[in-house]
Amino acid sequence: MGYVFDYSWLGQYSGVLIKGVWLTVWLILVGATFGVALGVACAWARALGPMWLRPIVGGYVEVIRNTPFLIQLFFIFFGLASIGFQFSETTAALTAMIINLGAYGCEIIRAGIQATAKGQFEAGWSLGMSRLQTFWHVVLIPSLQRIWPALSSQIVILMLGSAVVSQIAAEDLSYAADFIQSRNFRAFETYIVATLIYLALAILLRQLLKGVGWLLFPKRSAAR
Amino acid sequence: MIEFTTWDILRNLLLAARWTVVLSLVAFTGGAIVGLAILFLRISKGKAARVFASGYIELFQGTPLLMQLFLSFFGLSLLGIEVPAWLAAGIALILWTASFLAEIWRGCVEAIPKGQWEASASLGMGRLQQMRHVILPQALKIAVPPTVGFSVQVVKGTSLTSIIGFTELAKAGQVIANATFAPFTVYGFVALIYFVLCFPLSKSSQFLERKLNVAHRNH
Repeated sequence: MGYVFDYSWLGQYSGVLIKGVWLTVWLILVGATFGVALGVACAWARALGPMWLRPIVGGYVEVIRNTPFLIQLFFIFFGLASIGFQFSETTAALTAMIINLGAYGCEIIRAGIQATAKGQFEAGWSLGMSRLQTFWHVVLIPSLQRIWPALSSQIVILMLGSAVVSQIAAEDLSYAADFIQSRNFRAFETYIVATLIYLALAILLRQLLKGVGWLLFPKRSAAR
Repeated sequence: MIEFTTWDILRNLLLAARWTVVLSLVAFTGGAIVGLAILFLRISKGKAARVFASGYIELFQGTPLLMQLFLSFFGLSLLGIEVPAWLAAGIALILWTASFLAEIWRGCVEAIPKGQWEASASLGMGRLQQMRHVILPQALKIAVPPTVGFSVQVVKGTSLTSIIGFTELAKAGQVIANATFAPFTVYGFVALIYFVLCFPLSKSSQFLERKLNVAHRNH
């Protein structure tokens, strides 16, 4: 008995797919922006921040990095709701993504910061820069440039991982696929289409991040 | 209504965690075997083999594990067999793990100086002999820390198999949270058990990496 592939449903459900793609794209763009910002803040706190703050941030990073994203999502959406912090599906998904990327980003960025030679700080201060100016211009920007490829991969991994937000009924691309396959009874074809869209998004996101890297870090002769 | 004690919750979660461990071991072992095969293709001399291997890696690393699980689940049932969730989960996790291990190990093989290949070739070794006696033993040493580090991703990856209906730790957490109406406690415990499984792996990966770096500096 042969199986006949059927993609005739594509036209009818293209609107649903596009809506799903849009939420996936929105989640990763907003999530990555705030996630990287959180990562920078945590990396600063862990490498240069006050002594009492370092173990707290360290604990946060270890907890997030050693538990599955799915459980983090459930904890935020179901767990926190049960003790009185209610979020919408989309807010919960976005929060989970930011917290997740914050922890991974922290470790990646911290590695970059700690690779900065001590003389660089001193050189910055001796030029009359404030601590904040030194951190921003001398430490952070060159560090980010060094670790940008690793951070980009982490953002792509987060985008692919975000497929599970459909499990709390956030209406992203995988949710759209679930919805469509429950109507057209063509589960395999539907997930093939969704998978290929994810692949295209991953390739596009990688290129976009490369472009952002070029914009943020125009060739600096004194980068190292 | 039945009352659930904290111990009831924890005991049932721990029972389910056995399946997380078993599935992780299966995925990691199977993934290592398939990954080694992909690695050989990826660094082989034939162009077709290299293109196939990098396409494989791109495909499995560029798509969500969740979609791979669904495709494995529904794809296998197209063949007309009743697919148990554990089989679909095992196959998808093995293929996914293989793509990452192959890429990690390729980096390790490429870190071996070219002179090692040339020296062994000049001794008349064939490609397999070179790999077996010269390259892999050296690559293995630097491959251990990132491989152990990736095993954490495998353990966490198994949580997605709950979505296609395999009853492991995450699924048990969902069922128990629904039965007890105490999602905060239940998911807290679930996270704790995952943490207990993953944290030693993360730490030993970091420890091995530091040890390796020290060894390298003393050359």
